[in-house]
Amino acid sequence: MIDRLNEFFFPKQVSTFASDIDNLFYFIFYSSVALMAVVVIGMVIFSIKYRFKKGDKVRLTSSKDHDNILESLFFIIPLILVSITFVWGIRSYLKMIIVPDDAIEIKVTGQSWFWTFDYPEGGTSLNELVVPSNTPIKILLSSKDVLHSFFIPVMRTKMDALPNRYNIMWFEAQEEGVYDIFCTEYCGTAHSQMAAKVIVMKPKQYEEWVKELGSGDDDLPLDELGEKLYTKKACNTCHTLDGSDLVGPSYLETSRMWGQTRNFEDGSSAVIDENYIRKSILEPQSQIVAGYQGVMPTYQGLLSDRELDALIAFLKSLNENRN
Amino acid sequence: MSENQNINYLNHPKGIMSWLLTLDHKRIGLMYLFSGIIFFLIGGLLALGMRLELAAPGNDFVSNDTYNSMYTLHGAIMIFLFIIPAIPGALGNILLPLMVGAKDVAFPRLNLASFYIYSFGALFAIYTIVNGGVDTGWTFYTPYSTQSTSNVVPMTLGIFIIGFSSILTGLNFIATVHKMRVPGLTWYKLPLFVWALYGTSLVQITATPVLAITMVLLILERFLGIGIFDPALGGDPVLYQHFFWFYSHPAVYIMILPAFGIISEIIPVHSRKKVWGYKFIAYSTLSIAFIGFLVWGHHMFTSGQSVFSQIVFSFITYFVGIPTGVKIFSWILTMYKGQVSFTTPMIYALSFLFLFTIGGLTGIFLGAVALDIHLHDTYFVVAHFHYVMQGGTIIAFLAGLHHWWPKSFGKMYNQKIASLCALGVFIGFNGTFFPQFLLGLRGMPRRYATYSDQFSELHTYSTFWSTILGLSIFIAILNLMWSLRKSNKLNPGSNPWGALTMEWTHTSSPPHPHNFESDPVFTNGPYDYDKVIVEPTLKK
Repeated sequence: MIDRLNEFFFPKQVSTFASDIDNLFYFIFYSSVALMAVVVIGMVIFSIKYRFKKGDKVRLTSSKDHDNILESLFFIIPLILVSITFVWGIRSYLKMIIVPDDAIEIKVTGQSWFWTFDYPEGGTSLNELVVPSNTPIKILLSSKDVLHSFFIPVMRTKMDALPNRYNIMWFEAQEEGVYDIFCTEYCGTAHSQMAAKVIVMKPKQYEEWVKELGSGDDDLPLDELGEKLYTKKACNTCHTLDGSDLVGPSYLETSRMWGQTRNFEDGSSAVIDENYIRKSILEPQSQIVAGYQGVMPTYQGLLSDRELDALIAFLKSLNENRN
Repeated sequence: MSENQNINYLNHPKGIMSWLLTLDHKRIGLMYLFSGIIFFLIGGLLALGMRLELAAPGNDFVSNDTYNSMYTLHGAIMIFLFIIPAIPGALGNILLPLMVGAKDVAFPRLNLASFYIYSFGALFAIYTIVNGGVDTGWTFYTPYSTQSTSNVVPMTLGIFIIGFSSILTGLNFIATVHKMRVPGLTWYKLPLFVWALYGTSLVQITATPVLAITMVLLILERFLGIGIFDPALGGDPVLYQHFFWFYSHPAVYIMILPAFGIISEIIPVHSRKKVWGYKFIAYSTLSIAFIGFLVWGHHMFTSGQSVFSQIVFSFITYFVGIPTGVKIFSWILTMYKGQVSFTTPMIYALSFLFLFTIGGLTGIFLGAVALDIHLHDTYFVVAHFHYVMQGGTIIAFLAGLHHWWPKSFGKMYNQKIASLCALGVFIGFNGTFFPQFLLGLRGMPRRYATYSDQFSELHTYSTFWSTILGLSIFIAILNLMWSLRKSNKLNPGSNPWGALTMEWTHTSSPPHPHNFESDPVFTNGPYDYDKVIVEPTLKK
């Protein structure tokens, strides 16, 4: 029953402090329902009992306009309830900000419009935060451009990513799974697509995953690796594969225009070839496609040469696949 | 005498220039009223457009950029061009001098200047709309707002200019309350709407300059790169949030205090009963206005401010909650042993009590730091402030509009249609915004043009009911406008509800151009339903 109720109101409780926060919610919720009931019952009873009935004459009404005992109750009962709420709110908050000493520290960087995760063992992932279960994780948070906010609903925690200062948050996941991460500070065009996932693994799996992170997918064919990178490196936030427009031009459209000339916002143009794609990924501001906004961040340093090759191969393959 | 009865402020003097250059507070009030309603309808259409986009998860109706611009304009227009100027500017202007027995406000020329400053600022907002909008959110958070290529400067300049109108109106009202009261009308005999306007005016003149400074700094930052807020130039974006909320939290009270005033008038009149706890309501208005200055940090619980600040801001936030709660109980107890009529204004007032209580109680959830961290910037917040701003302020505004419409125009609207619309607004509002509490609890962030499938069911409900809400408000306004037609024979008489405040008891409806035909003499307190009987002139 309680679980069903919790499912109705909240996403899963995954972090160690989630149940505490949900209980605080239920405390305020039931207190509010009780106060609301007093308000509604009072309103209904008074307005019906003392209604102006047909045939009634306008008359002088009661001069009663205060009642010390009643009014004290209206002060004292809410005062007790909000005092409990305040103290509970602060106690739980302290649990949420005091980071355990043995926490694994992961650096999280927000950028329009994706998240980068740097692991202590070396290696970086984009839009996929992988963490071991039952281990405290400390997040060192910042932004490369405007404000973002890092929100993991199942962990019940959230923190703004600032460009000029580090913010710290932490959580300990108690259950393996794949969960949502949202950006909750408005950051421009693709704010609503700035979604990532947190993947909670068994600690042993995590260790293997981190070890492999640096080594990469050397044995994959280039176009298959490119397909993986397309989502892994968050290209899909702004570029579709089906020809429809998102923030940037669709890969399919670019692929179909292979060898043709593309016009840019500043009036110049270029032929779509491997070098054009490479430059578009590394220096996106240098050639903005006509009709689009120049909002793509540079991927300099985020992709190896082989990964660049892979993305180009994947983009080229799109057109052939359709034929 | 019979000739005199036909002369009122609406028909004397005649001609368009007599309106544009009028110094009559009632005419200026009407100009505010109609421009406010136009912006209300524009803001409302934008909201319905947003709900249409959100009916299903993808980009089905508009693009990301268009949606971002729509939600920004919706917020900015509703707050800066409708809610903040409309209630004090329209109802305040029309009623304040009448309620205190004065011929006009203290500075009639300044009053007209306020209106033109407001109109001038509004032109910038209109320019922003036709020039492609602005996409920063009504909060204009830096550094996004210093980098955005949309119309940030015209919109913030417009807000800067409108701020002066707020300040001058506030100044005018304060002087009027202090200096223009009719002899015998002491502070404790003032109608509570006057107390509310007084509290609002105090906040307007003290808080608005901070907003003006913030907007100027933002504009300077964009033009000159002075580096106050943009970290690329050595500034601090969190400083901007402090500046912004130092105004914008008190601005919440600029928006809600006049609503409290309206409700404090309507419930006693339509219950024919002395208001419960007069002094408490009056003083809590002032104390809420004051404490409102000390809680801005609760908008920044996830910004990374110090733990000590978090605790202090959470603590003080609850000090606003308690007096507000006691006010709600006072309004309910006002009906005790009264004669309650379910007129249109009363239906709105009762739905105000229901909706505003939900709005207030959900504020308690958000004031608890640990819970706010989860709910911050989600739909829970969106639902909460709509329950306060629309369920509270706008419902009270509609209540006031229906209550004082016969006073302002001497014509009665179709009450059946009006009451049906009031019910439609109540049902449509709950249908639209109640699902949004759940969306927020389940983790749906605000300001999203698209969303993941898990949220689609609740969004669809919300969109469905928003059409009922929009339609009800639209018909309600149409019904009021329709009552102004020449052939309308529904005559409410000078005091349709049998009220005891001076605007009803001492002058005709609509009032004489100079408010009162002869110097008014203060006779009875505003809520003396236990001492005086005045028969309502409206036939049942």
